[in-house]
Amino acid sequence: MSSQEEPPPTEISDLVQQELASLLPWTQRVKEAVEAFGVVMMMFFRAARRAVTPPFAFADTANQIEILGLRSLPIATLTAVFAGLVLSLQFAFFLARFGVQHTVGKVVVLTLFRELGPVLTALTVGARIGSGITAELGSMRVTEQIDAISALGADPIKKLVSPRLVACAIVMPALTTLADVFGLAAGSLVVRTQYDIPFEQYFRSAVQTATLMDFGSGIGKSAVFGVIIAIVGCSRGFTVTGGTEGVGRATTETVAIASVAVLLSDFFLTKLFLAF
Amino acid sequence: MPSDALIRFGGLWKSFGPKKIYEDLSLEVRKGETLTIIGGSGTGKSVLLKCLIGLLYPDRGEVSFDGVEVTSLDEHGLREVRKRVAMVFQGAALFDSLSVAENIAYPLREHLKLTHDEVAERVRQKLALVNLPGAEHLRPSDLSGGMRKRVGLARAIAIEPEVILYDEPTTGLDPISTRIIDELIVSTKQRLGCTQIVVTHDMDSAFRVSDRIAMLANRHIVAQGTVADMKASTNPEVRAFFDARLT
Repeated sequence: MSSQEEPPPTEISDLVQQELASLLPWTQRVKEAVEAFGVVMMMFFRAARRAVTPPFAFADTANQIEILGLRSLPIATLTAVFAGLVLSLQFAFFLARFGVQHTVGKVVVLTLFRELGPVLTALTVGARIGSGITAELGSMRVTEQIDAISALGADPIKKLVSPRLVACAIVMPALTTLADVFGLAAGSLVVRTQYDIPFEQYFRSAVQTATLMDFGSGIGKSAVFGVIIAIVGCSRGFTVTGGTEGVGRATTETVAIASVAVLLSDFFLTKLFLAF
Repeated sequence: MPSDALIRFGGLWKSFGPKKIYEDLSLEVRKGETLTIIGGSGTGKSVLLKCLIGLLYPDRGEVSFDGVEVTSLDEHGLREVRKRVAMVFQGAALFDSLSVAENIAYPLREHLKLTHDEVAERVRQKLALVNLPGAEHLRPSDLSGGMRKRVGLARAIAIEPEVILYDEPTTGLDPISTRIIDELIVSTKQRLGCTQIVVTHDMDSAFRVSDRIAMLANRHIVAQGTVADMKASTNPEVRAFFDARLT
């Protein structure tokens, strides 16, 4: 085609259309994200309602507490111990510059109770729990086991989601409490061996500083994190498409989405608890 | 609707994204018959079964069971339909975390108030019916493909439903296992007097188990009739499907 046969200069409406076309992938993504959020919220409300409606799934919930909680003990304690060691080492090092290294217990306990205990536990244990839930439910989805539950007249949300939701809301605070204790204890070893601060002084300053609110805010956060991890894991598992490859993809997405959701919600929860 | 039509799909339209599955599909299933739906892969045979028990919904059209419109039912209404209509899934869909006995007991515990001994006895009976006596304590992972399908059938008939839906019951099975499953489909109907819908593309199975056959192609039912009618059909889609089997 010669240049004389070129179409006339682009009209404004064409430019607008081009711009809209270039924006389409983004608008599509936003639409998908909003839809996915809607699915998660709907599943949360349905699962929460069924969790408090008889007949209660005590056995299924207890089973999930064992699977999700007890089997997460090693990773939760290991994370807490090393977090406590590093925290104490760092804080004692900097506090020693000002000659107040004996106050390290106060700083460690507040950091652990209010922030690092719940967040680190949620990120490490949550990755394990969330990906496990998605892999299990996703496999059930692609092998039609979830359809089979419906076809047999049962409710898959009540059978599969509610017990995991309740179990996570119980397990995460319990593991966070354990992480607080192990992290604090591990910190005492560092300050005792590296800075010659007696155990008694370290623990006394920690206990005198921390209030019930400090501990409670961390536990409250961890319960919310547990719910977030459970519902993200369940919703991704329930909506898996694309066979076993889809299960793998959904599992990875769960870890990413749950981690980001934990960190985002942590900011707002911190703001909320600081208001009290 | 004729007086003996138990199930009716009327003017059904269904799409998955841009892919149209049904366009104005209509089909009736009579009480007490075994109707086999044949058709190529991806034509939506299984979707039809799932629409009947509310696992999927059509975009438009009616799905009625015993005079009740399934698409407008709430959870309670669907539960009542699912008490009367059981489904044997393509891969059996047994629960991996449960034993064979627990799988078969699952619908009994959901729908009936039976004692532990009564449940155990019902499980034993159903396993005997599918020629798997003593398999109660096996896990699904211990079973062959044919055994899994038979346990799936035992689970489906546990509460003695009025209708049984079979989704590709013989796919992936060897000829002997296929023959066993076919015989079970025939004998289940004789024992329970139930209505059955079988979805398959295995023509030999279709001829063995069916009272009537319906062919799904080009997004609707292109032909239906007795086995003899279908064998004599001059419909090009039916002929192409049957001839492909012979070559």
